Amino acid sequence: MDQQTKKMAQDPTSAEIPSDWLKPINRDQLKQEDVVRPSLSYWQDAWQRLKKNKLAMSGLIFLIILAIMAIFGPYMSPYTVGEQNLPNQNQAPSWSHWFGTDGLGRDVFTRTWYGARISLFVGLMAALIDFFVGVIYGGISGYKGGRTDNILMRIIEILYGLPYLLVVILLLVVLGPSLLTIILALTVTGWVGMARIVRGQVLQLKNYEFVHASQSFGAKTSRIIKRNLLPNTMGPIIVQMTLTVPSAIFAEAFLSFLGLGVSSPYASWGVMANDALTAILSGHWWRLFFPAFFISATMFAFNVLGDGLQDALDPKLRR
Amino acid sequence: MIKYIIKRFLMMLLTLWIITTLTFILMMSIPGSPFNDVSDKTSNEAVQANLESHFNLDKPMIVQYYYYLESIVTLDFGPSIKKPNDTVNDLLGRGFPISFELGIISIIVAIISGIILGVFAALKHNGIIDYLAMSIAVLGISIPNFVLATFLIQQLAVNLELLPVATWKSPSHMILPTIALATGPMAIIARLTRSSMLEVLTQDYIKMARAKGLAPYKIIIKHALKNALMPVVTILGTLLAGILTGTFVIEKIFAIPGMGQYFVESISQRDYPVIMGTTVFYSAFLIIMLFLVDIAYGVLDPRIKLHKEKGD
Repeated sequence: MDQQTKKMAQDPTSAEIPSDWLKPINRDQLKQEDVVRPSLSYWQDAWQRLKKNKLAMSGLIFLIILAIMAIFGPYMSPYTVGEQNLPNQNQAPSWSHWFGTDGLGRDVFTRTWYGARISLFVGLMAALIDFFVGVIYGGISGYKGGRTDNILMRIIEILYGLPYLLVVILLLVVLGPSLLTIILALTVTGWVGMARIVRGQVLQLKNYEFVHASQSFGAKTSRIIKRNLLPNTMGPIIVQMTLTVPSAIFAEAFLSFLGLGVSSPYASWGVMANDALTAILSGHWWRLFFPAFFISATMFAFNVLGDGLQDALDPKLRR
Repeated sequence: MIKYIIKRFLMMLLTLWIITTLTFILMMSIPGSPFNDVSDKTSNEAVQANLESHFNLDKPMIVQYYYYLESIVTLDFGPSIKKPNDTVNDLLGRGFPISFELGIISIIVAIISGIILGVFAALKHNGIIDYLAMSIAVLGISIPNFVLATFLIQQLAVNLELLPVATWKSPSHMILPTIALATGPMAIIARLTRSSMLEVLTQDYIKMARAKGLAPYKIIIKHALKNALMPVVTILGTLLAGILTGTFVIEKIFAIPGMGQYFVESISQRDYPVIMGTTVFYSAFLIIMLFLVDIAYGVLDPRIKLHKEKGD
């Protein structure tokens, strides 16, 4: 203790604060005292958590590469999808045919990326249509409540009881197999899951104060659904969409495999696998391997991405 | 409880009626008749008209609908159009036992192996077994059954010649189709069991049981598993549907003479009575199963009060 301090301790009133005590504090030090972290929005936070999930990220990267190849892949080879070259049938993978050729001498490389287009298109369209129908239906049902909700939910219960793939098969038998009818058939009952999720969420959210506040300001129903309710249900909706895509891709492959898919000369992975079924016994493994690998890998990627998103978008897990 | 069962039962009948009517409407709106096959040179207009009147295809729609409903109620789906010597009932009688056998074996294998995988994964949470079990599960969900089936045939039947390639005769014939069909549902059950086990294991009553000094296997089986299996029961209906549609492709790949094969064949040949018969049969089977699963769930879980059905 120096002189001055001693003096102050003896007689506080006589205290005279020495000037070297009055140094301006360093601004940075002041900030260090703050107990804050950079404020992150919900989406930034989710993205950060998703980035830490290596499996989900590798799924995402795979899907991006797949999408790029689906767009540009068919142009990377000199062959076209339906181009037959009978003398060249069942060629093993080589420099001229990277993935080999099939029973009609068609280039498997070109057909694989063409199949990627179909699979991704079917998956994304199914997810999008499910999204729109499910969100509108579920949103109205959950928000209106009461009688409307009751009626809408009874309809959903009945649709839910219908065997999904059987209805799809029946529709395809009637409408004739084509890309559009497959998407239509997949979405006729496919939106039910989405509607249920949205309804459950809206039912919960609509009793929160911020919704009441909005209502008391006289906001229209459509505005409340659009601005207050939907943004808060986006997490579960996105997860549901990422899981719809692989099931639609699987359904397309399954239907193609039963002979209800897109027709020749176009290729989808299911059609290629179906064509290759007999080839596997004669040792032409590449004809099955490439479509089978890409179906499985794509479904895998969407599934792990969906799982990762589920964790990342769950507000309960937010730190 | 009784009230709930009656209500669910009526709902089930309504669903059945809707699917049968939907099937009828869809079948009727198919352009073209099964008899105007251009490649068939023997058919002329008189023969066609004759055939159509034989199968009642010339009657007004409402009359046909009546015949159709009658055939369903009496469980007599009439003759097959493309297989003149068989009735739809013959095909069902021949195919269904085989499909049923395949389906039952697969679902039992799926449930048992799925639960075992899930429980071990949960007990060794974040351990090697957990990662291994979950990798198997994600792969099982991602690989379509027809891909798995062809892969199994190629590796185990053609290359190693361990098991027969196809058909359905002895137990060794059953191994490959069962694996191919059971893997997907097994994966789903394993994931579900794992996550609900993890949740249950943190509950107070498990800690209590541990504190009592109960043997670990008793805690797992009597306290944890019993509660953890409830979510598995709820998806049993969906899994059944998956197994059932799965039999279509598996039967096709392994050349198993079950119902799935007749169904797939009838689709490509536009054999109306067979399509209708099998669809209605499959749907009824599934819808009744869903109903039973619902009732079982209510009986098993005392927390669910069935008579108070409203709200969430």
